[in-house]
Amino acid sequence: MVEAFILSTVEQGVMTITLNRPDRLNSFNDLMHQQLAECLTQAERDDSVRCLLITGAGRGFCAGQDLNDRNVDPSGPAPDLGLSVERFYNPLVRRLAALPKPVIAAVNGVAAGAGATLALGCDIVLAARSASFVMAFSRLGLVPDCGGSWFLPRVAGRARAMGLALLGEKLSAEQAAQWGMIWQLVEDAELADVSLQLARHLAAQPTFGLGLIKQALLAAETNGLDAQLDLERDYQRMAGRSADYREGVSAFLAKRPPQFSGK
Amino acid sequence: MSELLITRHERVLHLTLNRPQARNALNNALLMQLAEALEAAAADPEISACVISGGQRVFAAGADLNEMAEKDLPATFDDIRPRLWARIDAFPKPLIAAVNGYALGAGCELALLCDLVVAGDNARFGVPEITLGIMPGAGGTQRLIRCVGKALASRMVLSGEAIDARRAQQAGLVSDIYPPALTDEYALKLAATIARHSPLALRAAKQALRQSQEVGLQAGLQQERQLFTLLSATEDRREGIDAFLQKRTPQFKGR
Repeated sequence: MVEAFILSTVEQGVMTITLNRPDRLNSFNDLMHQQLAECLTQAERDDSVRCLLITGAGRGFCAGQDLNDRNVDPSGPAPDLGLSVERFYNPLVRRLAALPKPVIAAVNGVAAGAGATLALGCDIVLAARSASFVMAFSRLGLVPDCGGSWFLPRVAGRARAMGLALLGEKLSAEQAAQWGMIWQLVEDAELADVSLQLARHLAAQPTFGLGLIKQALLAAETNGLDAQLDLERDYQRMAGRSADYREGVSAFLAKRPPQFSGK
Repeated sequence: MSELLITRHERVLHLTLNRPQARNALNNALLMQLAEALEAAAADPEISACVISGGQRVFAAGADLNEMAEKDLPATFDDIRPRLWARIDAFPKPLIAAVNGYALGAGCELALLCDLVVAGDNARFGVPEITLGIMPGAGGTQRLIRCVGKALASRMVLSGEAIDARRAQQAGLVSDIYPPALTDEYALKLAATIARHSPLALRAAKQALRQSQEVGLQAGLQQERQLFTLLSATEDRREGIDAFLQKRTPQFKGR
């Protein structure tokens, strides 16, 4: 019997992924990474999945890499941490970014290390009032991974990103919300409901168009204005050919609510 | 269903590699069909440019390994493929590759043979022959180094690792990158723009560009000037300049 470190359900277009090692604050080990990768494969292939919701079981969201799972014998040879970054974290970040569907993080408790950078890299981040983000890397002599060094300056600005990453201090969800690093702060008891409601809403929207919006905003991080204008032309051209655009226009003209298929 | 789909869009010929079950692997039969289609297009005065594409997911993932495996040294010595490649290379009109997905091995070599490569952002270019104990055999070591330079060409040929569309554009292999769903459309649009120009001027300009890879600069400049002079004897040149001065669209006749 293999332990289920990732729980996943698909309902009403929403794939809910629950990081499930509550006794270890849902920190990652190799098996958990593999199970998460399998869920992502399903999310990528299954057109009926139109929104991803990631949350944690128990009191934490995710404490990043489980240090017990790494070679940390101080007298042994130096471990190759780049290996697990290359094998697990980088593909995870790349796949979430490339997924043409919205990805919501519902940060239910502490998000530390790769857990924090994973959460902040999601498309929409909701956090419980008692949740917190800890860039724990610097305290161990490490560097923010799981996209952290790319996402942090973009969600927090350079000054705050530097402070957070160099000091490794705990950032309350409230402060993160005030700084505009996350979408919404929610009372603890309401997080599950509010995030699921949001996910269900997004899952009923024009998914193809949402996917293009997501790719456009990501591309804007590296494009100049000229290139981005070309990209907007191309994406609008594709969006204009989607079934959902037709449906949206027909529904508007007929004054009825649209029924989007996601195509 | 034919393995090479041929459609016409006014003065542009569109060839689509269509062996999806073999990821458009370029076997002898397909290369032969390509050569024949291009030779027919070369002789057709109604065609000014050609686009080769492979669909949204794969351009061409290599040669046909079964065909290759059967050939020992003497058979490889007499292989028909170099002659097929030469026939394709002899196409005198502008040739555009529209590459989505994998262009590997012979697929990459086909793209390199074209005058222009436009790519989907999902495109990947590579010459993985080395991983099979062989090496590129249809221009992969020669055309690649001429367009991307020694560092990247050596890396690709010796490691067998592919590069993505962005890197290929930075290196000079690809001129434009588009979303895969629009690549063919934009390639055809580019071909249509090219096809509006004088057919004779296009052929002369292509010849001059090709010769730059064959001879030194001074000889190249001389040949360029000869071709330039030749065009001065054409009706199309007069029409082109007249139309520009009279602010109207030129009507080229290929004379």
